[in-house]
Amino acid sequence: MIPEEIVRSPSWYESSARNRIAGVLDADTFHEILGPAERVMSPHLELFDLPPAFDDGVIVGRGQLDGKPVAIIAQEGQFMGGTFAEVSGAKIVGLLRAVTAAAGTPDGVSAVLLLLDTGGVRLQEANAGELAVSETVRALLGVRAAGIPVVALVGGRAGAFGGGGIVTACCSHVVISEQGRISVTGPEVIETNKGAEEFDSRDRALVWRVTGGRSRVLLGGADSYVKGDVASFRAAAARSRNAAPPFTLETMAAEQERLEKRLSSYGDCRDTPEIWARAGLADPASVPDIDDDAFLALLSEREIKHDAR
Amino acid sequence: METFTIRAQARASLPGTGRQAIVGVVASGNLEVLLERSETGDAVVVDVTTSARGFRAVWEAVVADFIARSSPGGVRFSIHDNGARPDTVTLRLLQGVKLLETQP
Repeated sequence: MIPEEIVRSPSWYESSARNRIAGVLDADTFHEILGPAERVMSPHLELFDLPPAFDDGVIVGRGQLDGKPVAIIAQEGQFMGGTFAEVSGAKIVGLLRAVTAAAGTPDGVSAVLLLLDTGGVRLQEANAGELAVSETVRALLGVRAAGIPVVALVGGRAGAFGGGGIVTACCSHVVISEQGRISVTGPEVIETNKGAEEFDSRDRALVWRVTGGRSRVLLGGADSYVKGDVASFRAAAARSRNAAPPFTLETMAAEQERLEKRLSSYGDCRDTPEIWARAGLADPASVPDIDDDAFLALLSEREIKHDAR
Repeated sequence: METFTIRAQARASLPGTGRQAIVGVVASGNLEVLLERSETGDAVVVDVTTSARGFRAVWEAVVADFIARSSPGGVRFSIHDNGARPDTVTLRLLQGVKLLETQP
């Protein structure tokens, strides 16, 4: 039997992209665009003798969150590592452009929810994937410029790596759980290029200590920290939709200043406990070990907030 | 990769009114099944695309067992498989018809 608390509050990390959408939106409000039955699939995978997916690993559509319309995009991290590719990328870019075009009309949405779960570009169609990432960044900034917040939800198995890390950093607000990871160059790639002395990708504690949700929210790479259940992500998405900063030159200048300050304060640190010690946390080594309630208490009592974005 | 189609007759058509459903993910050792109520009468069609070559006889046995258990007449199953074991395939097929039956 599945324990009762798991039935009641399914884990974001364990859920499929479709189940995350169902859990984030109001019940029965999701309308998918280019759903699986339309069979808009990767034309490239067959050349590599790989089975495709009916939705190419990305689900896009509209729905409601607390009664207000939202656009939603979810990557399925378990299919090909949740990758940016030709078809999946076009679905993301198309939806973002449609949101911008509909801004201020009766079809306008209150926010875009971006459920990232990706290792980055799909290597089998890498050129198209790289283009998809840059087009996504441009389209996403277009949505923000139209006054619509884009909220990233990161807590899947694949994390948000490569282009996914860049896209995350462009969002208005980033929600993350302990299991969530954000970075550009993945641990294995760093190790391959620079050696295990630089970064040992098999050291799971190190990987999460550096790229994981707790370190990201402490340093301002993410804005909201949630427990890893689907309901917490839903609540944070609804809250942060209203807390997003305006996409203005002032915000960009403040963001640049924030990042410069972070680099000058901690740029020479070799590992995250050094950063927490310098930031004045009482027991820096315990940060990865305390439970979620204790970590949330730590965040609120120290009033850790990173504005700009 | 290998692609083939299995055709069969069910005892009865699948109850419910759901038009289509999808279950599973094309992850390693897993599969996705798209169900569409598109066949006439009690016919069943199973389109299989699988990364594992040479297992057609096993697929036919799994599908025959599934049809005997659930009688999904009128449904087309389109499968993308990434090396799932037979028990996982049975589980996904059963999940799929349950979803289609209970959908509004």
